[in-house]
Formats: sequence, structure tokens, C-alpha cells
Amino acid sequence: MTTLKIKKSRKSEETAQLPRSLGGRIFGYTSLTILVIATLFPIYWMLRTALSTSKTLFSDPLSLLPVNFTWGGFGRVFGLLSEEAALAEGGSGASINFLQFFGNSMVVATVTTISQVFFSAAAAYAFSILKWRGRDKLFFLFLIAMTVPGIFLVLPNFLLIRDLGLLNTLLGIMLPGLLMSPFAIFFLRQFFLGTNLSIVEAARIDGANHFRIFRQIVVPMAWPQIITLFILQFIASWNDYLWPFYVGNGAPESTLLTVGLGVFKSQTPQGSPDWSGLMAGALVAAVPMILLMIIAGKKIVGSIQSSGVK
Amino acid sequence: MAKQAVARKPARRSDFLTAIPFVLPALIGLTIFVLIPGIRGVYLAFTSYDVFTDPIFIGIDNFVKMFQDELFWNALAVTSEYVAINIGIQTVVSLFIAVLLHRFTRSTLIRGIVLMPYLISNVIVALVWYWLLDYNLGLVNSVIDFLGLSKFTFFSDMTAMPTIALINVWRHMGYTALLIFAGLQAIPEDVYAAASVDGAGEWRTFRSITLPLLRPVLAFVLVITITGSFQIFDTVAVTTGGGPINATRVFSLWIADKAWGDFNFGYASAISVFLMVLLSIIAFAQTKLLRASESDLER
Repeated sequence: MTTLKIKKSRKSEETAQLPRSLGGRIFGYTSLTILVIATLFPIYWMLRTALSTSKTLFSDPLSLLPVNFTWGGFGRVFGLLSEEAALAEGGSGASINFLQFFGNSMVVATVTTISQVFFSAAAAYAFSILKWRGRDKLFFLFLIAMTVPGIFLVLPNFLLIRDLGLLNTLLGIMLPGLLMSPFAIFFLRQFFLGTNLSIVEAARIDGANHFRIFRQIVVPMAWPQIITLFILQFIASWNDYLWPFYVGNGAPESTLLTVGLGVFKSQTPQGSPDWSGLMAGALVAAVPMILLMIIAGKKIVGSIQSSGVK
Repeated sequence: MAKQAVARKPARRSDFLTAIPFVLPALIGLTIFVLIPGIRGVYLAFTSYDVFTDPIFIGIDNFVKMFQDELFWNALAVTSEYVAINIGIQTVVSLFIAVLLHRFTRSTLIRGIVLMPYLISNVIVALVWYWLLDYNLGLVNSVIDFLGLSKFTFFSDMTAMPTIALINVWRHMGYTALLIFAGLQAIPEDVYAAASVDGAGEWRTFRSITLPLLRPVLAFVLVITITGSFQIFDTVAVTTGGGPINATRVFSLWIADKAWGDFNFGYASAISVFLMVLLSIIAFAQTKLLRASESDLER
């Protein structure tokens, strides 16, 4: 019965039924075109603005091409221009080191994700392959944790990080996510549950302990899912704002890119924001995600689809 | 094969001792950063706490004060307005996109493009749209001006909340559409064939077959998008910062204001406890109402 169902759904993927009427088809393809443009245009507009000269943006707001083309926006973002040169192009003249923020975000997202996925995988192994009393009750506790709204935990966790003396440090930002994420455990447990237990048993009989089975059998078999999870958690960590804002906003050494962008926007000594610089910064912050999409787009699309059905 | 293992080592039926090193790190993480803070958060809701001196237990005073606070009802109103606009439009648009993707293209590239905004952070999305919708220089108002119409203020006290709700529709519509799209693929082809033989038109087929069969997926999507939507923070913080006056002071932003603006952690905790209870009730009611876990396909 199950196999039959899978076959059918495969078939429906291959043969999307086009509407019979010509009008229906025209409507469909027009909508699809509008959708793609509506999605990509704002991203293009970031690039167009980033390459324009901030001071003269008003002269041709409708131009599809950059107004008075310049790399200055990017220069200001990376602190490569002198203060006078930056001011001349319409920058705020404030020096913010985006390169440092970029590095901070990289460190936080990479370390958090690797550590979190590793420990979550270990826990997922215990919640799926191993059999012990209280297992499902404990897992239920993790499931409940998944439903607790973020803002509710931000307040007490902020106090905890403060008590530990870790405010305005990267460690303080990373700490709550280093050991686990309920979602990651839940996600991997689903896949580990599908592991062929006879292989595990055979390895046991051959004398392998569970650490070896975990490392050499279960993890390699779930590798695609682990990569998928890594990507999803990296995106989440890279895009996070509320937590790193209150924990790390106080010092440049602990300011993440998203937070720095917000600060950059509010620095508007000359009235209107430095739109070119701001868009250049926003684009720089978005580039890793766009690259990720280009490299692993198929995988990401597939994994988000599968997260929905299950 | 399980029997063999038992026969070999009859004394060790349970993997309890092995499980400890596997679960311990995650359990420590859960305890220190979820369970204990959770309890502390609930406790703080019953205290007066300015962060610098020790919390003082004051019973339910915070909650009494909260229900009399004008800003509480304001937060409830504007957050609800945001959720209603955001979820209402997003669900319809995403459903439409999902059907488009299902019917007109098999291209993963297009699905990837549609997903793109979701990968870009809230902060960046907010900044880009803040720029596009800027009153003086923004593209949208420039086009409106060019067409000879009068410019539109997108972030006034009346329009700011709907504008922010629509910005987030743009960010999430592709992601939500992909979730629904997966549900569409799970509907067997022969159901449509049967409808076609019976002479059902496009719209009739969609309403009587697609929608009902999609219900479990829609229910799942609604549960996660509504609870997420209630916690809106980033977009508001970056664009209006809660203003004009309090027109966009949603719950999360108000909580943050109380905690870090007024150093009133007790009151802020009370509000966040309320928000958590509210979200739990909504999620519970939804799963009951929509019978989320049942699928019509299985029967």
C-alpha cells in the first residue's frame, strides 16, 4: 500500500497537468513571470543602489542602472575610504568595521552550527537507536522546548549570560545554542528511526560499541540529512537578530552583521540615511546566503519540501 | 536478531549506561538554557526586578497592572492586526504560488528563486523595502509620482503595520508555498483524472478536491506560521522601531522596551508569560479545530 502511494506521488511530480484552455495557460505563465520578477527585483535594486553615489540618488530615482556608478558604497562599508571621501559621496562619515562584523557572524554561525548539529545528532541517536527507560518521556521534554516562544527565553537567558560575565562576547552569543537545538534533535531522530536495525545488531555482534556504530554507520548513512540540517541551522544563526542585539551590541568585537546593519541605518547625521552604503552592507550580508542557494539550492529546496510533509 | 543480542548478553537489556554520554550534552543544554530559564522567567513575572538589585516578590501585581495598561491592549491590537494581514494574505498568495509551481513548471531553479527571500535575513529584507518604499527617494513613490499620482506614506500610523505585514509576506511566501507544494505532490493523479472524467472544471476541482486533500498540510503550515507571526520583532525594530508613537509596538518589541529600555524585567517577564500562554492556546485550538494530524488521503 505504501509503495503504491509513493509511486503515485512520483508520477504526479513528473506530469503536472497543464490547463486545457489557452487563456488558462497565458494566465499561468504570466503569473509565474511576475512572481520571479517580484522576487528578484528587490535584490537587484540593492545592487543598483549599492553601486550608485548616495548624494545624487535623488537626481534619477527611476533609473534602472546605478546613478553615477561608484564602488564607494562598498568602500565605505569595508572602511576603505577616508572620512572626507566617504562624506563627499554622501556617507555618514562614521567608521564601522563591517569586515569585523562579517567575521564575527561567520564565527558565530559556523561554531554554533557545527557544535549544535554534532551534539544534537548524538542525542538523536540515543532517542532512536538506543533503548532505555524514560527515553520517550525525555524526548517529549525536548519537543515541548521546541514550542516555547523565543522572546520568553531571551529575558532570563540574557540575565544568565550577564551573571556569567559574558555580555558583549561572542561566546555569550553562541552559548545557548552550542549544546543542542530541539528542532535539530527532532529532525535527525526522524531519519535515524529509519535506520536498518539489523545492520546495527550485526555490528554489535562483531564487537563494535555504540560510539563506533554512531560514527561509522548511522552518521554516514544520514549524511545528506545532516548536511541539510547544517544548512538550515546556519541560515537561522546567520540571520538571527534579537538575541545577538541585546547580548552583543555593546562592543564591536561582539557585533554581528545583522546588528551592525541596524546600527548603520540609525547613523544618519546628514538627515536621510546613506542608502548606497546601507544597500552595499545589506548585499554583503546577503551574499553568503545567495552563494549557499547557488551551491546547494536543490538540496535546500528538497529539504524544505520534505520538512513540510512529515 | 534482537533475540540474539539478548541471548548473548542477557544481563544488559537496556542501553541506559550507553545512552548517558550521548544525551548528556543536549540534556545539559536543555536544562541550563531552556528549563531553568523557563522557570526563572515565570518566577520573574511575579516580581519587581530592575536588574541591578535583587528581585522582590510582588504576587500578581504585574499581571493586574498589565491588564490595566493601555499599551497592553495596544500591543494586543497591533500584533493581531499584523498577524491577520500577514497570515491572511500570505496563505492565499502561497497557495496560489504552490499551485502555479505544481501546474506550470518542474524547474528547481524557479523553486530556488522563489525561496530566495527566505534565506535573506529579516533585517536585510526590512532595509531593502524600507528603501524601496521611502517617501522621498524610494522607487515605489518615484513611480507613483511619475504617473502623476500623489505620493503615499507607507510608514504612517495607519499604514505602517499593514506595510510591515506585507514586507514579511514577501519574505515568507516562497517558503510557505514550497511547504504547500509538497502537499500538492502527495495528491494522487487519479483523483484528478476521475474529476476530469466527471466533467469538473478547474475551479470546481480545486475547491472540491485539492483544498480538502490539502487540509493537513495547510493546518501544519498555519500552526507554524501563526505562532511565528505573533513573535514579529526584527522587521519592526529595523523600520519603525514601534512608531509612529505606538502604531507598531507589537508584543515582542514592547517586551524588549520594558526590559532593556525601562529595566523593568519583572513586568517584561509577565508580558512574555502572557504571550507564551496565548500562543499555546492558539496552537492547541488550531490543532483541535483543523484536526491537523489526520489526513483525508489515508482513509
